[in-house]
Amino acid sequence: MIAIDICKTLYGSMGEMELSVDLRIKEGEFIALAGESGSGKTTLLRIIAGLEKARGTLKVGDEVWMDAKHTLPPQKRKIGFVFQDYALFPNMTVLQNLLFVQKDHALATQLLAMTGLDELKDRLPATLSGGQKQRVSLCRAMMNRPKILLMDEPLSALDPAMRTKLQQEILTLHKNFGTTTIMVSHDPSEIYRLANRVVVLDHGRIIQDDTPKKVLLKTSGSQKFSFEGELLDIVQVDIIMVAIVSIGQQLVEVVISPDEAASLHIGERVTVSTKAFAPILSNR
Amino acid sequence: MSELFAGIKLEPFLLSFKLAGVTTLILFVMALPLAWYLSQTRSKLKPFLEAVTALPIVLPPSVLGFYILWALSYNLPVGAFFEETFGIKLVFNFTGLVIASCFYSLPFMVQPMQSGFESLNQNMLDASYVCGRSRWMTLFKVALPNIKPALMTAIIVTFAHTVGEFGVVLMVGGSIPGETKVASVAIYEMVEIMDYRSAHIYSAIMLTLSFLVLLGVYIFNRKHNKKLGGFQ
Repeated sequence: MIAIDICKTLYGSMGEMELSVDLRIKEGEFIALAGESGSGKTTLLRIIAGLEKARGTLKVGDEVWMDAKHTLPPQKRKIGFVFQDYALFPNMTVLQNLLFVQKDHALATQLLAMTGLDELKDRLPATLSGGQKQRVSLCRAMMNRPKILLMDEPLSALDPAMRTKLQQEILTLHKNFGTTTIMVSHDPSEIYRLANRVVVLDHGRIIQDDTPKKVLLKTSGSQKFSFEGELLDIVQVDIIMVAIVSIGQQLVEVVISPDEAASLHIGERVTVSTKAFAPILSNR
Repeated sequence: MSELFAGIKLEPFLLSFKLAGVTTLILFVMALPLAWYLSQTRSKLKPFLEAVTALPIVLPPSVLGFYILWALSYNLPVGAFFEETFGIKLVFNFTGLVIASCFYSLPFMVQPMQSGFESLNQNMLDASYVCGRSRWMTLFKVALPNIKPALMTAIIVTFAHTVGEFGVVLMVGGSIPGETKVASVAIYEMVEIMDYRSAHIYSAIMLTLSFLVLLGVYIFNRKHNKKLGGFQ
């Protein structure tokens, strides 16, 4: 059990903000931390890692990592941290990056094999692709058999195909090691695939804490399916109005009435939903 | 060739380089923790320390030299202590020159090191802490190997600056042949006695050496940057 109860005043682009988080995490959970930028997600991770000071208490199992009297330094917490920009040591080879944490050759070899990096183990980070670098970073974070694995938007700098591949690897590692994980992510499909719990932060406070299904699937009432998107344009085609909505990577046309058209504003977030039809799924 | 160099003593050059070498070595060891601390600290003391460190850049060498002369003289506790305890005089000898040079060249060692440390990715340093490595270990295993060009610049510029110093040396050391008469002081004296031939030769040697040293630094930095993938 990890018990987080912390407070910290942040001075961000939107002025002063109070980060106040009270969270209990069970061992082995995979938590996705979501929320708009500036809501305090990264700071929360850094406080858990001991890289930033805060008020309050932090208990992991029967160890006290932080209370009113003392703070355990990051070196003694046994944390794995994956940064968005990889943060590898450029002067060390892939293998040396891993062994820097702990001289555990067996574990290093196992991790490199699991992530398909064994052939690259003697390369310097500068010669690797983004996906490969993030794999190394992930392996390095697992090298001290961490009590908590913290990941700060680990995949957001990668292209979609690489992202899917790495999601699979993160999942494999999580299944193998059962490490309690907190990952900052904005990508709903990523959260859905990996996490068993989503915590949404807004202005330093938790506004939602539930399963990915409950948080991410935005259907309500009798709607059968619904998508959120951005209204890009409203065009008149003969006598009807057509709204062009961007949902994910796709553009969708929706027929609307002139009254509806008048109430919508280009650029706003809209929900496209339907009730009556049975959707047809077919192979592509 | 031998005719041209007749009567030219190498002693002042050797002394200049010996002084620069010793000063660079001492400063490297002393500046390393200071630069590392300044790059990492968020303390309110930081601007104060930075200002003190940078003072030798703006102070006239005569002012710096005067204060050092005064502070190390027998009339004040430091000078008196060294003379009574160890029997060492701290002014008008080589030891005094080294002490004065360490003050004079301090910013040239600290500043490139500090900006090298500050250019490092903070996440990379944090990663090292999270990996269980102490601040010292991180300094030696992660920070230092990744600021080689900055270190090279710090060492060379400190060395070159010490070779090139004049005012402080003259104030604290005087001009004792073989003890404190370094190349820059020797040239000054040659001009004073209107021995322009020797002054020309000495100056040309200084110019050539300085240029070669700087050229070496820039070539090294270029090669190093290429090796690390062109960034920095």
